[in-house]
Amino acid sequence: MRSLNWSRVFTIAKHDLRQLMKSKDFLIPMGILGGLFFIVLPGILLLSISAIGEFGSVTQISEALEVLPSKAQEQIQGDTPTVRTQYALAVYLFAPLAIIVPLTISSAVGSATLVGEREKGTGEFLAHSPAATTEIFLGKLIASLAPGYATTLVGFSIYSIMVNVIVGPEVGGWFFPTSDWWLLMLWVVPPFLCFALSLVLRLSARVKSTAAAQQASGLVTLPLIIVAYSQSTGSLFGAANATIVIGFLAWVGAIFSLTRGMKAVRRGRLLGVADEA
Amino acid sequence: MSSHSQLAVQLVDTTKSFGGVQALKGLDLAVPAGEITVLLGPNGAGKTTAVRMITGALPADGGLVRTFGMDPADNGEAIRRRCGVVSAKPALYDRMSGWDNLDYSAALYDVKGDRRAVIREAAGRFEIDHALDQAVGGYSTGMKTRLALARALLHGPDLLLLDEPTSGLDPESSHAVLGLIREMTADGTTIVMCTHLLVEAEGLADQIVMLDDGINLLEGPQDELINRYWPTTTVRFDAEDPTALDALATLPGVANYQRNGVATAELADAASIADCVQHLSAAGVRLTRVEPHKPSLEELYFRVRREHREATNAPAPAMTGNLA
Repeated sequence: MRSLNWSRVFTIAKHDLRQLMKSKDFLIPMGILGGLFFIVLPGILLLSISAIGEFGSVTQISEALEVLPSKAQEQIQGDTPTVRTQYALAVYLFAPLAIIVPLTISSAVGSATLVGEREKGTGEFLAHSPAATTEIFLGKLIASLAPGYATTLVGFSIYSIMVNVIVGPEVGGWFFPTSDWWLLMLWVVPPFLCFALSLVLRLSARVKSTAAAQQASGLVTLPLIIVAYSQSTGSLFGAANATIVIGFLAWVGAIFSLTRGMKAVRRGRLLGVADEA
Repeated sequence: MSSHSQLAVQLVDTTKSFGGVQALKGLDLAVPAGEITVLLGPNGAGKTTAVRMITGALPADGGLVRTFGMDPADNGEAIRRRCGVVSAKPALYDRMSGWDNLDYSAALYDVKGDRRAVIREAAGRFEIDHALDQAVGGYSTGMKTRLALARALLHGPDLLLLDEPTSGLDPESSHAVLGLIREMTADGTTIVMCTHLLVEAEGLADQIVMLDDGINLLEGPQDELINRYWPTTTVRFDAEDPTALDALATLPGVANYQRNGVATAELADAASIADCVQHLSAAGVRLTRVEPHKPSLEELYFRVRREHREATNAPAPAMTGNLA
């Protein structure tokens, strides 16, 4: 078996990303989604709690934090119910967003990528090109993964600054991201994304239209979002070891699924011929 | 026929099915290197499938496929590097500029040297360089075809596969594109062109291959094929008194004679024309027309198809207008 030509993989990825960058109907919703989940909603929530102060509802939320695992409770900083509530929300409540945003964006891109080539007729060009089907798959994977992950990293950076500015002064300075969040972002999120995209790209290679691919990818990613939601929350609540294990298992699953997914791209499917669909 | 070593492409008894539909039913095809081979046939004859097999984009179900002497199933990348393909739809990225489309192809085919210069030269050759900064979605059909041709040539392919490259073009653009295709053989490039337009094939092909129903009905240079089907020289005669031309029927060298308005005689060779004219003049026949008639590709095409249908008891097609 011949080795991968990574230059060709990145050529395909770069080309797809350039196409995306020219598409305002993709960029605007992507920006809105990232902004809404990473900036607007958390910002409103954290600022509202500051504004409300030691009020009944905030105190109730603060008391509710007692249901968290003891390890998580020990980590919550702050001397007042307001600060403790802000800290807990900032560190624990928004963790799943780190999964939902990239999954949603990357699935939208990935679902259209292979079937889109076929629909636009450009699959014929790719099918006759020297690029191996594995290289095409990996190029498409990177091009689908990058927008979601990049949006998440940018959104997460802004979120971090916002949390530190609003809550930091009350807990003795900048505290976010915590070590668990670093693990989540760099160790847990990428394999979940890869796993989801391997499934979405397989679907995109097989279905007959972009609309069908988007429908089907929704069915695939929804349960995955739920799993990712619980796992990411759990990884923050648990010990660092648990996060590492969750990430490791996710990587194993992602690598297995990606290996299978590479076989889904066939030249006949890019051409859209009957027995390959 | 060229020897085996001079063949750029060879298909022997190649079969391919899509679901329950058999697209190729044992296709034989030999494409000599450095020549223009035109695959001629109606829609569904198997032309596009054959092209896809030559590059290895589709695997054959059975038979033998060799491109540059290699099996596309094992050496697909090496083969595709040496091929340039222009499909019936230009397969361009509409949101990208002409430059971006060419640059993408140059990168995928790993064009060496000054890539920008190569792109500029290819675009200039097809007179599309002025529009390289524009999005391809705004191009006319002719511009898209020229850009697709430029893209197919960027990496200097040894074999160009053109699947109905003039599809959708106006006559002027078609003429220009065919002229460009003809130019490409000057540097030794082998060209395989699929078309259902007989008039295109007539002026262009070094070798014609007629496909129908997934098989090769006929192949060879046009003149050779016509001589094969019409070994005699056909001459049309007319005279002030057409009945006087019936004397032709008994003249030596006349293999066949018939008169339906115009008299048509099939002569053993072209030299017999002078003998016939001399005989008729001596008999007092006042000739008004002596016209050697060379059967066209269109006549050949319909004759071959008719004979094939008769041989296979297949019904005549409802329409053959697009092949005229």
